[in-house]
Amino acid sequence: MSQRIYMDNAATTRVRPEVFEEMKAYFTEEYGNPSSAYTFAGKISQKVEDARELIAKSIGATAREIYFTGGGSESDNWAIKGVADAMKEKGNHIITSKIEHHAVLHTCEFLEKHGFEVTYLDVDENGFVSPEDVKNAIRPETVLISIMFANNEIGTIEPIAEIGKIAHEAGVYFHTDAVQAFGHVPINVDELNIDMLSASGHKLGGPKGIGLLYIRKGVKISNLIHGGAQERGKRGGTTNVAGVMGFAKAVELANKEMEENIAYESKLRDRLIEGIEKEIPYARINGDRKTRLSNNVNACFRFVEGESLLIMLDQKGICASSGSACTSGSLDPSHVLLAIGLPHEIAHGSVRLTLSAETTEEDVDYTIKALKEIVDRLRSMSPLYEDFVKKNN
Amino acid sequence: MSQVTEYSEKVMDHFTNPRNVGEIEDASGVGTVGNAKCGDIMRMYLDIDENHIVREAKFKTFGCGAAVATSSMATELVKGKSVEEALKVTNKAVMEALDGLPPVKVHCSLLAEQAIHAALWDYAEKNGIVIEGLTPPVNDIDETEEFYQMQGE
Repeated sequence: MSQRIYMDNAATTRVRPEVFEEMKAYFTEEYGNPSSAYTFAGKISQKVEDARELIAKSIGATAREIYFTGGGSESDNWAIKGVADAMKEKGNHIITSKIEHHAVLHTCEFLEKHGFEVTYLDVDENGFVSPEDVKNAIRPETVLISIMFANNEIGTIEPIAEIGKIAHEAGVYFHTDAVQAFGHVPINVDELNIDMLSASGHKLGGPKGIGLLYIRKGVKISNLIHGGAQERGKRGGTTNVAGVMGFAKAVELANKEMEENIAYESKLRDRLIEGIEKEIPYARINGDRKTRLSNNVNACFRFVEGESLLIMLDQKGICASSGSACTSGSLDPSHVLLAIGLPHEIAHGSVRLTLSAETTEEDVDYTIKALKEIVDRLRSMSPLYEDFVKKNN
Repeated sequence: MSQVTEYSEKVMDHFTNPRNVGEIEDASGVGTVGNAKCGDIMRMYLDIDENHIVREAKFKTFGCGAAVATSSMATELVKGKSVEEALKVTNKAVMEALDGLPPVKVHCSLLAEQAIHAALWDYAEKNGIVIEGLTPPVNDIDETEEFYQMQGE
């Protein structure tokens, strides 16, 4: 394969060279444990706190409200289980949506087995949660509302500020899984009424294995890892210093370049969307056209199946992902695509292409051409297409 | 899970260069099996001569890499066989001929076996004959048309 076109930045991103450079010293030179007493370690502890401060400021929080974790899934688990446990005297009801990441959905399902009740809100055809529905779902025993900031599959950005306002008016904590949004869209936790926010380092050019949970001061949440005094005793365990330093560097760069990246990526995203619509009949773009992540394209191609599409894209050097059942190891296609109302068969023919600042116009054009060829080829083999053509002739 | 790395070379070969893709006009037997919900639909066409020998087999498949590869292999395996022999081409035989399938893809080989049976059933019905050991195929519902009608297409 002569070239690789990476269109799966929602899965993970390349660690930026500046980030890697920043991290190196913390493996080999500044390797001390920040919890230790001597100066060698104290200096590192200061670096970690500076990093915490930088990240806190990027979302309008204070450093004491940022807790480093092992990643987005851990943060989601902690936010939900931690609040459920700490608030169990108040109530046992949680509100979330049908299109959340499995880190949220499966955590809620786990709690259901332990006496909690969960409302899974429907979304509309573009993937929006209705703030009105959130309001109507609140009960006296509701302890938490967890709605994602932006959807990882279809890119739709949820009305976070409104949902947060409703939560606060009802005196219910509001958590948002911002793994796809953090570092990609401007976030201010006060303006958006967010009480807890999950983020991950590797979605914005940082390393894997580091994430954070923002916990607003005063929010009652049980400790996650019992052990040392790290993360103010809430999440014990030796600090992932290199991870923290790399994460902070990635956040710094992401914020500096955010405006520019959004403009650049949106242009390419729209070029890709328009190209697909122009070149490939019976294609459908999923997610809202405007209120969506600048790097996300999600399309369904009728009469073809996603895994076959992905393998053929791979053979042409393009890395993408799909909501097809075959790529998840289960028989059901993406819960997100089903939640926006797509029939199973259409949902099986989906592909997600997620761009980055490294993506070029040539990459986009090559991808459109490749998609067209592949979809044509798969349709020529598809009994569904055969039936469709016969029926319409 | 990476699909490409879990498939055998033979599966990848039959996916990339599928044998016998297409339709047979006025086929002796046509069978469509599968389920839009699970994402696999196979259609097999058989051309069977007066001596009950499968002269030609073609297929069309909507499905994953394994679904395409098992369809392709199934057509290869039934070609030249008598109707009775074709009926004995099992999912296991298809799988073995492909040097195995990942566990989550075993159902694709079952579908290939069912596609053969469905096409043979159609042939038997058209010709008013009974093939011993052959049971009628199960058809699944298609929910797609309804969706597009709702959208006004």
